[in-house]
Amino acid sequence: MSIIEVRNLRKSYGTNFAVDGVDLTIEAGEIFALLGPNGAGKTTTVEILEGFRNRDSGDVSVLGIDPQVRGDSARDFRDRIGIVLQATSDAGDLKVSETVGYFSHYYAGAKDPDEVIDAVGLGEKKNELIRSLSGGQRRRLDVALGIIGNPELLFLDEPTTGFDPEARRAFWGLIRSLRDAGTTILLTTHYLDEAEALADRVAVINKGKIIEVSTPTALGGRATSQARVIWEEDGVMREELTNEPTSVVSRLAREFDGEIPKLLVSRPTLEDIYLEMVGLTNGAES
Amino acid sequence: MSQKSRPNTLALGYGRGKLEIRQFMRQRESVVFTLLFPLMLMAIFGSVFKDTIAPGVTFSQYFVAGMIASGMVNSGFQQLAIVIPMERDFGSLKRLRGTPMPVASYFIGKSILVLVSMIFQVALLLLGGVLFFGLHMPSDANKWLTFTWLVLLGTASSTALGIAFSVVPKSGRGASAVVSPVVIILQFFSGVFFIFTQLPPWMQQVAAIFPLKWLCQGMRSVFLPDGFASQEVARSWENGKTFLILVAWLVAGLIISIRTFKWSRD
Repeated sequence: MSIIEVRNLRKSYGTNFAVDGVDLTIEAGEIFALLGPNGAGKTTTVEILEGFRNRDSGDVSVLGIDPQVRGDSARDFRDRIGIVLQATSDAGDLKVSETVGYFSHYYAGAKDPDEVIDAVGLGEKKNELIRSLSGGQRRRLDVALGIIGNPELLFLDEPTTGFDPEARRAFWGLIRSLRDAGTTILLTTHYLDEAEALADRVAVINKGKIIEVSTPTALGGRATSQARVIWEEDGVMREELTNEPTSVVSRLAREFDGEIPKLLVSRPTLEDIYLEMVGLTNGAES
Repeated sequence: MSQKSRPNTLALGYGRGKLEIRQFMRQRESVVFTLLFPLMLMAIFGSVFKDTIAPGVTFSQYFVAGMIASGMVNSGFQQLAIVIPMERDFGSLKRLRGTPMPVASYFIGKSILVLVSMIFQVALLLLGGVLFFGLHMPSDANKWLTFTWLVLLGTASSTALGIAFSVVPKSGRGASAVVSPVVIILQFFSGVFFIFTQLPPWMQQVAAIFPLKWLCQGMRSVFLPDGFASQEVARSWENGKTFLILVAWLVAGLIISIRTFKWSRD
């Protein structure tokens, strides 16, 4: 079942098309990452899906509802989604438990606030004022407020900006556990390693258009792209691009008769592929 | 865990009101600024100007009536027009917008905050006025009735106008610099710090457009002797006119709020 269906979505500001004919299908239970440079149409697309912005044209269905609805239907819609915006900085004069507890009243089928606070790892900070939380803890609170309504679909915008590597790993674990519990997640991020670690599928958007939708391992022909074999020979680094890295390595193994000095076999990272894709589309138009 | 009934708008608004008050009380600066500053002003002006301005009426009594009227502008208009842009900058408004919370609940919560802080402020001013500046509590039930509708209508229009004005400051940080001068100038023009009839006529005319002048005049009708009415611009208290002008500003504030309110900066 598709959670999000977008057909030929368009939105312009003045003469500039921020979103220029986007098609997207997001399935139940997946983590879907939307990647793209700043100004690519990422935020506009997501805000249309969240119901914050109206579109110019195209068909949009989120959980079977048009997010542009207003009034009571809008309340029903927001009852079923959760939104974690880019870093917020609320004044922070409330305690974690007060804030989560109060947000739980907004939703018809909210989860237990204490359970949610524990799930995001803020159990020990429950009675602290929000202003005393660290950046990572604040982000966990944002997630707690996003999931307190037991959403079927969660929007996550740049969730780990400013995290140290350890906090990011722990945060990723939290996001995976939400997916495993059945929540569909639409993630936008600048970090390609984050998309690779979390996403079941990724879409790259640039200049208001979707360039490709794929799995992180297959994006841009990554799975079938040439491997790079690097080694040292006579004191200099040598490299070879090949479709058959295994045979190159066995050839080298025979030549060296044992260990190949400083051997490295690699394929392009998601970041390499992404930069190439975004660079190409930018180049094609300029 | 899930009984699928839609939460009640009023109940959510009441809950938000409690949360707003809790937040307010934890911000020491806002407590001092909103509750104690008017009291300090009253103490200073009341001690410096002790003249008798009419038989049986001192300037401090005149001034205290004006400060009570100002209390409504401070707790409603000034507070909201500063706090809402800050909440907008912090992203808290956008976050609320993304939840099923009804918009009305947010405004009900704000109104409760204004009402409670206004009641505290007016009570403190009344107490200080009676104890130190010879303010007479009215003994006449009619005057208390006037006092009640003035407070309710004044608070309501001040709240609505504060929400309406909250789109004016470009950022939360600059809000105070935009809003506070408006209030202070209005106080000078409306006869809070000076006797209104002694102000230049053009100032009086400007002030007569805005609600504060009428609130001050109404409060004087409650706390000054009836004979003082002859010292007012129209030689009467004009309470009927005050009522109509406050209602007009309330309606205007509501319409502007509903039409222009912004949940996020862009």
